[in-house]
Amino acid sequence: MPQLNAVPLSWYLILSAILFTLGVAGFLFRRNIITVFMSIELMLNAVNLSFVAFSHQLRQIDGQIFTFFVMVVAAAEAAVGLAIILTVFKNRQTLSIDEVDSLKN
Amino acid sequence: MDLILFVIFAVLAVACAVSLVVQKHPIGSALSLIGVMGSLAILYLLLGAEFIAAVQLIVYAGAIMVLFVFVIMLLNTGAETATGRSWPSRLLGIPLITIFLGLLAFILQRMAPSMGMVRFGAFNTGAKEIGRSLFTTYLLPFEVTSVLVLIAILGAIVLARKEID
Repeated sequence: MPQLNAVPLSWYLILSAILFTLGVAGFLFRRNIITVFMSIELMLNAVNLSFVAFSHQLRQIDGQIFTFFVMVVAAAEAAVGLAIILTVFKNRQTLSIDEVDSLKN
Repeated sequence: MDLILFVIFAVLAVACAVSLVVQKHPIGSALSLIGVMGSLAILYLLLGAEFIAAVQLIVYAGAIMVLFVFVIMLLNTGAETATGRSWPSRLLGIPLITIFLGLLAFILQRMAPSMGMVRFGAFNTGAKEIGRSLFTTYLLPFEVTSVLVLIAILGAIVLARKEID
């Protein structure tokens, strides 16, 4: 029976690994470009959890600073990515990533 | 108490993440992602990162997800339809993802004895410490980030504007 007032660090890291894997699964299996984009955000969140967990473990604040930068980059990425999605939809009237394959041919 | 809160919100986060992957309509995925982000904010609080928890809720669950929901509403595309052209990802993806998760869990289990316990209150950091570190050690990355955000704003405007003849 583990203590009730403490959580092993490895549990946080395993949760982070599970969330990251689910993000990869969404990225691979979903066909909607917006859902694929949200899976990327899920992966970024999973990595952030690892950063904060290690920051707590090592008693150093640098991990939280990294999390902060990842959030800023994610915000910039979301703005540009959603603008690209809007443009793709305007030009092709579809959001399925199977239909957007101009580079293939 | 820590353990109970961790288990509740970890299970909630995983359930919402599974829901994100299996939902057919993007709006359901977006709402599930908001659930994941809220649960992670509670976990950040348990880890003593008060500022990061607040930013997680305000920036991620607040700003970024509103942008996603707004775009989904604007495009109004409905549920996704399977085209059957993505069978290699299904065929190879599931075994490879299982192997990936298994390897990660194996490595973490090997590392587990050298890792400590997380106790609430052992290492609490607020905006003060983050701000001091951001404006001394990480001053240059912070300033470069402001340029990045400026470029992102310009890029988004250029991409999303209407063509004026």
